[in-house]
Amino acid sequence: MADASYPDDLLYHHEHDWARIDGDVATCGITWFAQEALGEIVFYEPPQVGTTIVQDQPYAEVESVKAVSDVIAPLSGEIIESNTALADSPEAINDDPYGAGWLIKVRLSDQSERDSLLDAAAYSATLE
Amino acid sequence: MSLQGLETAQQRDRARTIFEKSKPGRRAFVGPALDLEPRPLDDLIPAHLRRAQPARLPEIAEPEIVRHYNRLSKRNFDLDTGFYPLGSCTMKHNPKLHERVAGLPGNARLHPLQAPAQAQGALELMFNLQEALGEIAGLAHVSLQPSAGSHGELAGVLLTRAYHEDRGEHRTKILTPDTAHGTNPATVTMAGYEVVKVATNSDGGVDIDDLRSKADEQVACLMLTNPSTLGLFEVNIAEIAEIVHGVGGTLYYDGANLNAIVGISRPGDMGFDIVHYNLHKTFTQPHGGGGPGSGPIAVCDALEPYLPRPQIVARESAGGGGTIFDLDYDRPKSIGRLRGFQGNYGVFVRAYAYICSLGAAGLLEMSQTAVLNANYLLALLKREGVAEYLPVAHDQLCMHEFVLCGTPMKRDLGIRTLDLAKRLLDHGVHPPTVYFPLLVDEAVLIEPTETETKETLDDFAAIVADVLREAGEDPSVALNAPYTTPVRRLDEAGAAKRPVIRQAM
Repeated sequence: MADASYPDDLLYHHEHDWARIDGDVATCGITWFAQEALGEIVFYEPPQVGTTIVQDQPYAEVESVKAVSDVIAPLSGEIIESNTALADSPEAINDDPYGAGWLIKVRLSDQSERDSLLDAAAYSATLE
Repeated sequence: MSLQGLETAQQRDRARTIFEKSKPGRRAFVGPALDLEPRPLDDLIPAHLRRAQPARLPEIAEPEIVRHYNRLSKRNFDLDTGFYPLGSCTMKHNPKLHERVAGLPGNARLHPLQAPAQAQGALELMFNLQEALGEIAGLAHVSLQPSAGSHGELAGVLLTRAYHEDRGEHRTKILTPDTAHGTNPATVTMAGYEVVKVATNSDGGVDIDDLRSKADEQVACLMLTNPSTLGLFEVNIAEIAEIVHGVGGTLYYDGANLNAIVGISRPGDMGFDIVHYNLHKTFTQPHGGGGPGSGPIAVCDALEPYLPRPQIVARESAGGGGTIFDLDYDRPKSIGRLRGFQGNYGVFVRAYAYICSLGAAGLLEMSQTAVLNANYLLALLKREGVAEYLPVAHDQLCMHEFVLCGTPMKRDLGIRTLDLAKRLLDHGVHPPTVYFPLLVDEAVLIEPTETETKETLDDFAAIVADVLREAGEDPSVALNAPYTTPVRRLDEAGAAKRPVIRQAM
């Protein structure tokens, strides 16, 4: 994805993660800004299904040609699905961060946490 | 301007290994005919100790061997070829005298298992080097064993653990600033501690409030470089030391940036308990692919009992025959051995030669000149208009290195720090460190060192200004650089994802 994009139907964490909430399940990934700042991603190890993640805490790492960086959980819950295809093709995180580059699906443990996340406009404003 | 179609002879000459050049029956050297009575091979080497198949060695004529290695050497960029301002790596000139001293038979041919009584010269050199290093750091007790900076870090953290556990304390956390070298958190994790990052304040120093909030009885240690990775002196070091010591933790000094302060200030006087030196940086040694490193450590009195074993000791001989040097294994609280033998001895010889050549006054001048060169270059880059696209990350007097931020260059000229780095290669300059430290966007970390002339620094500033001017006219030139190197722009992502790590022989 060549140009910056922050879809309106997502919620954003200030550490450059997004969440798409559908009932009590959220799909999570890293934002366009994050993948652009990291550069080409060369390694990602999908976390295990069943792992409990905690809002604001790291749950995975992405390695780019520049650095290894923590991926921060935008919400708390249990991982119910992990995008294992990324182990072989981590470049999907660069090419399609909101689609094929999704990282995990989480069953949320605390619906009220979503109130701490930003909408697209507010998140974009933090990048200025 | 289009340099796209051009290819140098070097680029056309596909890399071939010495095995690919091999032809059966060719020889570089043929020995004279045997003029002794031949003896059966079984008498010389028992059959069960002999290999079943001959070793697969390349068969090549001498001129082809000479050309092969000469050609390879020209594909390398090294300090003997050009300016190498690789920030945080201290790529200073390595005096050729050191090679001569390291190559003396008593140094080069000494066997590492030689009994101490027959290696007195080497032990004396190591003992004297320890004394000098201890004086430079302001911490009296030194071990030369660690083989690299990161190895010294591990030694220091293991000493910290031994120290706490000996007092019956089991601490769990180690603090590192978010500007730290990546080896710091890696070392902490390897030693079984949890990494807790401390924030950086707007002046580029440790955020004291954040440090206070994180310093508790579970903190074993704070690892710090001073000057920091931003090239800034940590002015609050006394207060930082007080906070860490106040909760019973140790203070660790990462010596990566020691080149800025030798003879000016001492980590021990600042309150540090443990220091590692990068002998290969501060005290000269061909490094970064050119040779091995060495990361000795120095500690305060409280940590001395835990130093690696054996320690080099000096004592007066019973008969009044002068000083005798020996290896002391009787250290019951020691963390043990960190490696085979006593360390990278060749590096010790070069470092000791350097310290003896310069003396105290010379070492002071070394650091003063390193800081002066960095500030001169920074001022020059500003004067050349570079600051408009590459502003300095923290605009204050720097130490031996400084960090520029490439955000305006990326936004206004359409080239990234990586493209600038690649284009510098075409000008015969090794790029500075890029994308580090991580908290500066599009970072360029420049360390000129004290061994460069004013003319070299002037040239470098002009080259950077040139690359930016060129990018203003046509960014594609930098985007497709380099053009003149043995290989063009590399597929870094492909190299990481699909590395070719085996070569058919």
